[in-house]
Amino acid sequence: MSAPRQPRLHQPGLRPWLALALAACVAAGLLGGTPAAAQPVTAPATGPEEAALFQALGQREGLGQLADVFVDRLLTDPRIGHFFQGIRPDHLKKQVPDFICLQLGGGCAYDGDSMKQSHADLKISRADFLRLVELLQDSMDARRIPFAVQNQLLARLAPMHRDIIGR
Amino acid sequence: MRLHTPPPPHRRGRRRAAGLLALLLLAAPATHAATDKLLLTGGVSSIDGAAGGGLTPWAVTGSYGSSGQWGATAFRTTVVTQDHRLQEFGVAVAWNETLELSLAQQDFHTGATGTALGLPGLRLRQDILGLKWQLAGDAVLDSDRAMPALALGVLARQLDAGGLAPTLQALGARRHGVDVYLSATKLLLAQGILVNGTLRATQANQNGLLGFGSSKRSAHSLMPEISLAWLARRDLALGVEWRRKPDNLNPSILGAGLREDDWADVFVAWAPGKHVSITAAWVDLGRIVPAVHPRRQTGAYLSLQVAL
Repeated sequence: MSAPRQPRLHQPGLRPWLALALAACVAAGLLGGTPAAAQPVTAPATGPEEAALFQALGQREGLGQLADVFVDRLLTDPRIGHFFQGIRPDHLKKQVPDFICLQLGGGCAYDGDSMKQSHADLKISRADFLRLVELLQDSMDARRIPFAVQNQLLARLAPMHRDIIGR
Repeated sequence: MRLHTPPPPHRRGRRRAAGLLALLLLAAPATHAATDKLLLTGGVSSIDGAAGGGLTPWAVTGSYGSSGQWGATAFRTTVVTQDHRLQEFGVAVAWNETLELSLAQQDFHTGATGTALGLPGLRLRQDILGLKWQLAGDAVLDSDRAMPALALGVLARQLDAGGLAPTLQALGARRHGVDVYLSATKLLLAQGILVNGTLRATQANQNGLLGFGSSKRSAHSLMPEISLAWLARRDLALGVEWRRKPDNLNPSILGAGLREDDWADVFVAWAPGKHVSITAAWVDLGRIVPAVHPRRQTGAYLSLQVAL
């Protein structure tokens, strides 16, 4: 199944998602709303469960190894790979584990945009999102992460569908 | 002359069901082989044809069709207990994880019970047309909220009781019945546990195989049903179910001879891929016409589902 190729969203090498955030600001301004200024993503409240999960996933290093597999699968996926056109793989391979690390209270610095900002204009469907979840599961299988640990991570990421799914 | 007699009622029913089946398949444009939903999150084909567990419909839609997609499933189920055998097949189409239309045909072989009633070879046939609307919530992705997925469903049933029809008529049991149910389904994602609760308003005697209601009680009864499943792996679920049933034919002219019990099962569902799933279960169907066979009917349930 060949998905229609989307026009390139960014120039290669530019910081990804910046153009999107900018577009969102402009759009919000045009609509007369409060401009959605890019806000730094702050760490959510976490506890011992998140700490244990962060350990089980091999801390930042383990997350980095997982992201290496995951990002490669994302970019080459015939279903949803087109969403990532023009984004440098190296950038994603840093941003994704930084973001997850932050969510699990691992204390990493994440300098990317929020999930809402970075996916605002992509018109990602529920079907697209589920495909992404499946690729993450495949990647965790490839990294031999136990199924119970996988589910705990997914449970913390799945609610983000509300910020990511745009149609 | 045989050639000039109209086909027996069950043949007419079969023909009508076959027509409906063709309509269902036509309604699902096969343009997208929808495989976007996560493995097993569409449940399996329940005994009434709607997606769910083995005995109970869940607030999920069958197939792997997700947002804006069509999906279709077909299934074949066999239940074998000490004295009876149920053979069944059916199809379902689902759209947008919102609507599901299902059709199931049950063929119940009464075995020695039929013979004891003077009706050797008696088979009870039931067609079940189902419509389910998933009206709120998300069973899978809202893992930070307690709100389950909710679905409202209707199951329109028609029984062809063959030679038993006059007896059922004498008992005041009708040949048609409608179930209305509300299901709430939640996947506790972090724990890998799925919980379903269903409330079903039904008049069905033995799930419709002995007609609907009786001369003593014709109203719908509100019956609770519960399913619990543990995802052992992405492709493997183990669970238990319990389903309460009305007891409209007890007492009857046969005393407690038509008493019925709740149903329960323990199941394993395995999906080696997104196009096939196999469900095996141990079922307890309680007593079925205890006037003839006082023992509980327990046995094996085996179901094969293919998804498009």
